[in-house]
Amino acid sequence: MLTIHCPNCGVTAEETEFHAHGEAHLKRFGPGSSEDEFEGYLFMRKNPKGVHFERWRHQYGCGKWFHVARCTMTLEVFGSYSAQTVEPPQEIIDAIQDRRPDFAAGPAR
Amino acid sequence: MKKYSVFAVAREAMRHHSGWTRAWRDAEPKKRYDVIIIGAGGHGLATAYYLGKNFGITNVAILEKGWLGGGNTGRNTTIIRSNYLQDPSAAIYEKSRSLYETMSQDLNYNVMFSPRGVIMLAQTEHEVRGYKRTAHANALQGVTTEFISPQRVKELVPIIDLDGPRYPVLGGLWQARGGTARHDAVAWGYARACSDMGMDVIQKCEVTGIRQTGGKVTGVSTTRGDIDCDKLGMVVAGHSGHLADMAGFRLPIESVALQALVSEPIKPCMDVVVMANTVHGYMSQSDKGEMVIGGGTDGYNNYTQRGSFHHIEETVRALIETFPMVSRLKMLRQWGGIVDVTGDRSPILSKTPVEGIFVNCGWGTGGFKAIPGSGWAMAELIAKGRSPLTDAFGLNRFTEGRFIDESVAAGVAH
Repeated sequence: MLTIHCPNCGVTAEETEFHAHGEAHLKRFGPGSSEDEFEGYLFMRKNPKGVHFERWRHQYGCGKWFHVARCTMTLEVFGSYSAQTVEPPQEIIDAIQDRRPDFAAGPAR
Repeated sequence: MKKYSVFAVAREAMRHHSGWTRAWRDAEPKKRYDVIIIGAGGHGLATAYYLGKNFGITNVAILEKGWLGGGNTGRNTTIIRSNYLQDPSAAIYEKSRSLYETMSQDLNYNVMFSPRGVIMLAQTEHEVRGYKRTAHANALQGVTTEFISPQRVKELVPIIDLDGPRYPVLGGLWQARGGTARHDAVAWGYARACSDMGMDVIQKCEVTGIRQTGGKVTGVSTTRGDIDCDKLGMVVAGHSGHLADMAGFRLPIESVALQALVSEPIKPCMDVVVMANTVHGYMSQSDKGEMVIGGGTDGYNNYTQRGSFHHIEETVRALIETFPMVSRLKMLRQWGGIVDVTGDRSPILSKTPVEGIFVNCGWGTGGFKAIPGSGWAMAELIAKGRSPLTDAFGLNRFTEGRFIDESVAAGVAH
């Protein structure tokens, strides 16, 4: 069972209080975009074996959104951070690289 | 291959069973094959089998990183049904169900197909309307199903409590020729038949790279050396995205954990399969007497082959409401598998941006029932470049917006 920290209200609780909502840092493509871009935005998702950045909501708490960095191979949670970001902040990258020295932060898609 | 029969059993009984041989060869990889299938689960083996049987293509290797049928083929709850709402789904699942009817004879291997009947309980007014609609759609598709009353449900399943505390049973969608089969035997039977046709089933051979020249596949790199091929079929469920990465294209797939559990064995008490989609639980009784129970998926991406405990609790809680007697049962085993889920919850059987690579994935939480039909259709797709059964399941449906929206029709227990 995952233990997750909500950066909005400061509560740390187990996963049933939260709800996962898929990949974080999606770039929105709307009117004027190409078919491939729109398809990518709607359906194509990173599905890594390893570090994954994802959106979570504090469903049964403050109700607000935030981001979590988590490993899909070990279920280790590296940390949470504000949803108002376009890429993971440096301290999250540091926390990941502390545990996964070969992790390279890729550019936001 | 020695044919299995009552005479073979009698003959072996006379000589202390000393004459049984290996069911399939433990093959070494050759330098080159016409077709390589990645993944020796049910779908991969079925694809190879029908390539040989229907199209005479037997220079085929089936590569498996672990052992045969060790992924989701050996982890599911073995339910077989074809009561889908959308025409393309009903076509491929009904093809599959009908192939299960004769599979033991075709493969000369007892897969213990048991058409005991499947009920999907309707526990809300919405479900009643949804399942009536499905029954009408099935009538048009030539799939025999009917909507039955709560009294009929009680006759079929005496241990059920029709007036549960949260969701009373208002009826059910009944498919009398649905049922279960022995999941390992399906993989073993196909492997034996493939091996007999001269195909190589190669275990402990993980694909580490996919080689291509000028946008066309030329072979794969594996932990047991490079192997060349003309055509490549990826049939690896949860790890499809990972392989697609190697080949340089993307799939609209996310991998999540789905769990199942079995109780201790008890005397026969339920001779049909019951699915309760509103409360997320489904149950059948195995030939050993264990109650085989499946639930919903976890909400987040996962490759660990284990799921979270609260989902098990949720499933069991729901089943206790519907079947009060299971509250006295002890849990024997619990496990998880990684399922590959698409945006519209329907599978992908398709060509890919790389010429010669075909992909069969996205079966999500409902792959076992589809094994023979999926193999049949995939073999046609690989051999001829298209198949009427796979036309609607192409990768292009996501660009074109032609979804096969079964997530509404089938709910979680797809």
